[in-house]
Amino acid sequence: MTEKLKLINRVSAINWNRVVDDKDLEVWNRLTNNFWLPEKVPISNDVQSWARLTPQERQLTMRVFTGLTLLDTIQGTVGAVSLIPDALTPHEEAVYTNIAFMESVHAKSYSSIFSTLASTPEIDEAFRWSEDNEFLQKKASIVLEYYHGDDPLKRKVASTLLESFLFYSGFYLPMYWSSRAQLTNTADMIRLIIRDEAVHGYYIGYKFQRGLELVDQAKRDELKDYAFSLLYELYDNEAAYTESLYDEVGLSEDVKKFLHYNANKALMNLGYESLFPSTVTDVNPAILSALSPNADENHDFFSGSGSSYVIGKAVATEDEDWEF
Amino acid sequence: MSNVNEVVYFSSASGNTHRFAEKLDLPARRIPLYARDEPLLVDRPYVLIVPTYGGGNGEGAVPKQVIRFLNNVGNRSLIRGVIGAGNTNFGTAYGIAGDIIAAKTGVPHLYRFEVFGTPDDVRIVRDGLETL
Repeated sequence: MTEKLKLINRVSAINWNRVVDDKDLEVWNRLTNNFWLPEKVPISNDVQSWARLTPQERQLTMRVFTGLTLLDTIQGTVGAVSLIPDALTPHEEAVYTNIAFMESVHAKSYSSIFSTLASTPEIDEAFRWSEDNEFLQKKASIVLEYYHGDDPLKRKVASTLLESFLFYSGFYLPMYWSSRAQLTNTADMIRLIIRDEAVHGYYIGYKFQRGLELVDQAKRDELKDYAFSLLYELYDNEAAYTESLYDEVGLSEDVKKFLHYNANKALMNLGYESLFPSTVTDVNPAILSALSPNADENHDFFSGSGSSYVIGKAVATEDEDWEF
Repeated sequence: MSNVNEVVYFSSASGNTHRFAEKLDLPARRIPLYARDEPLLVDRPYVLIVPTYGGGNGEGAVPKQVIRFLNNVGNRSLIRGVIGAGNTNFGTAYGIAGDIIAAKTGVPHLYRFEVFGTPDDVRIVRDGLETL
């Protein structure tokens, strides 16, 4: 089968002084402000912690990171690039080039972790495993199939689900180690990756919703059916992938809650209501807290002791950014 | 009976916070997106709902439009609480605009929700606002 290379036929010089969609500039600024490189994170401080893990735990960690490397490689070399010809504005094209490059940075960052912590035979074993694990390979082939398809909005759905859902079976583990004070520098780096992917999923999902405004109701219904059926297909595979990795350490069910929680947010990035009920999205608080220290439940003022709390009146404060 | 029965919110073109405010089904007023728009002036106590976009160290976390709204003394004197929107994947920046506004205005940061909120978030905030 030969595929015709899809490229934009005519390009005009990009004028950042005439931005059609303010979101393009906002996200560009956010992404460039968030720019980082793996060399800035002192992974070598995790050497002792790495040595404290059991051989089984080390192998699990290597495999999880190799799986993440594969997804980042796909998104960097195919996924984000495949969105460029469908962009609605030249600034959107520029944002995708930034996203593609950062995915390559992410993919490289796992190799930084490996070269700092692991031996060459261990690294080679993990990459071999990634070629042989049927669920990881299936995940890659499902997504690639849609990237090669001819529907621009379906590509955005697949891309958003990759950014906002498919990474999380992997992201769970470094958050788990971090909550147990293990591999904390590695976790710092993964948090930078998670932050980037969150902006990517938000932006691609936003562009999907802008695209929906340009098609009729029948097409919108079709795309909604498509998004949910792709999510189901990916979820079934993700559950099997999770079990293939985490059963032996007894964490599979905990990981699945994290998957449900993130699947809901992926759907919301696409503008759809969440699918999984709160009874199966109750993520382990230690994991949530490793992800975001602000996420702990005592920030729900309403469910606190409540009545004893007197609501303060507004007071004036001084600050250069604010007038008061 | 609650003495705060109005929400004021900011929502970018993504419309996520707008969707949450709509689902609350309470009197709601939107802070305008553009400087050229007529500024919003309020005359009743309200709870402010404000999103935080990912990243940074809190710098630029509060949308300029919200700062402009709160720089008005009349508007500021009527704020009774703040609700932050965002994403836990933004790490320490999750809902941080709510923290900043709460600290600056001396009102409680009542709640956080993600993206445009789950049905549970809507119920908790609706019920919670009743008790203020």
